[in-house]
Amino acid sequence: MPFTPIELMICCAARELEDGKTVAVGTGLPCAAAMLAQRHYAPNLVILFEAGGVAPQLPTMPVSVGDSTTFHRAVMATSMADVMQFCQRGMVDYTFLSGAQIDPYGNLNSTLIGGDYKKPKVRLPGSGGANDLASFCWRTLIVMKHDAKKFVEKLDFLTTPGYLTGPGAREAAGLPANTGPSRVITDLCVLDFAPDTKRMRVRSLHPGRTLDQVRAATGFELTALDPVGATAEPTERELEILRCEVDPGRYILGRAVS
Amino acid sequence: MTPPLFSLPDSDAARAAFVQKPRGLVDKVMTVAEAVRGFVRDGDYLASGGFGTNRIPTAVLHEILRQGRQNLAFAGHTATHDFQVLCAGNLTGRGQLVAKVDIAYVVGLEARGLSPHARRVMESGTVESVEWSNYTLALRFTAAAMGVPFVPARSLLGTDTLAHSPAKIITCPFSGEQLAAIPALYPDVAAIHVHEADRFGNCRFVGTSVADVELARAAKRVIVTCERLVPHDVMRHEPHRTQIPFLCVDAVCEVPFGSYPGNMPGEYFSDEEHLKLWLEVERDPAAFDQFLDDHIYAVRDFTEYLEICGGLRRLQQLRQREMLLHLGR
Repeated sequence: MPFTPIELMICCAARELEDGKTVAVGTGLPCAAAMLAQRHYAPNLVILFEAGGVAPQLPTMPVSVGDSTTFHRAVMATSMADVMQFCQRGMVDYTFLSGAQIDPYGNLNSTLIGGDYKKPKVRLPGSGGANDLASFCWRTLIVMKHDAKKFVEKLDFLTTPGYLTGPGAREAAGLPANTGPSRVITDLCVLDFAPDTKRMRVRSLHPGRTLDQVRAATGFELTALDPVGATAEPTERELEILRCEVDPGRYILGRAVS
Repeated sequence: MTPPLFSLPDSDAARAAFVQKPRGLVDKVMTVAEAVRGFVRDGDYLASGGFGTNRIPTAVLHEILRQGRQNLAFAGHTATHDFQVLCAGNLTGRGQLVAKVDIAYVVGLEARGLSPHARRVMESGTVESVEWSNYTLALRFTAAAMGVPFVPARSLLGTDTLAHSPAKIITCPFSGEQLAAIPALYPDVAAIHVHEADRFGNCRFVGTSVADVELARAAKRVIVTCERLVPHDVMRHEPHRTQIPFLCVDAVCEVPFGSYPGNMPGEYFSDEEHLKLWLEVERDPAAFDQFLDDHIYAVRDFTEYLEICGGLRRLQQLRQREMLLHLGR
């Protein structure tokens, strides 16, 4: 069955979520991935939303991480601090984030474009809950469009911590030990982080994509696993759930990859 | 230069304000216009409850625009449509409503996109700002609700968000861990929308509390808008359901559908078409001025705004959407 780049990204993201684990989900595409996972391979996935929703059974894809669907048939509707403190105590396995820019260490920018803080070229929302979630959750999953303007050597603003400057940097800053980004999912490939350098590397290429294409769309030096893997295509079942149950209004599916 | 604190976390100064709050069960019911006239002053630090487009005190925000308040500081905590509304008081020929912002999340409306006008305001260099995260800005209300000058957290560390924040790094005196010290924030005034309140200001709501339980205790003055006024006895009957007690509250305004165009749990869903209209019309400043006149400035009150936006017919659709009656049809 034919599929779009955004559908493949959502499927890749959803497959990273193991059944019976906990995940704190950010706004947009991650909501779609969490809902697909819950409807397909991870029925016991415990989804947490930063506004206070704990373990909802999502009836439709949320438009806001605080709307009524984020605590539909949930076990608890609580406060933001309570959810964030589950994360800070070490009880949340994954978080799912995106950003406007990412650097080789998986640090994210969602604050501004253009170097001048007082008068930025583009003012973006800021951290939201991203800084907290990426600081606290055991593994951070990142989804974003692969583009040399977004995959940059140096961020305009380091909003949210990845591995900061490399091995040991998170711990030296005081962040919880053994945490950090584990996967970056783009419209071209899936990346992970080399254990020795904490720099991003290509893990698997999406169908029809080459390493040269990926490198051309990356603003920093990028290594790859040898041999590099091949991303599995979305199954018919995944696409059916995605199109008919998760996002029939094409809220996310209808957008260009961003 | 150290990023500034727009409101000092001075515990004794806060106590001096809280000692003034009325202790008695007095009737606090009034109109939104009266509440804003009485409790929101030029130069105040304002905080708004809910989560961006969910359980937000829209009527109070509109009234602040109508009454032309100037030079407010604002807690940009999970702010989306609320911040978009306040920004309509900047760069639209009516002075400057927003002067300072503590930013955790502003300018965006989550998956719906960025607000063109809020971007114009924040990119103009005319608004002073510093950075936080949603959790740490919520913690500022927690510290204030506790009556202490700061609480520690393990986020912000190692980032530019911290470098542009007045938060400071401290070492734990017990474990030696490095932590971010998050200063208390005592807003001059908070506006919070709830499901039910009695005439004295006892409040309860359903759904997530976001940071409102703490905010109601942290703010020096609190304006509550509610979907429904209920008899005082309702609160006495189920005291475990009261999330905000009358002691915190200064004004109670009954505003049915008061979170519109936002979502109100169990009552009505967000009006995504109207939110889209805001984002579209903001692209052209002249069209936006006309839109603001038509929807806010030349409008008497929030009820009239609801009528302009489709009235009961539209609200009925949003109620059905909230009940998920559209599924499987």
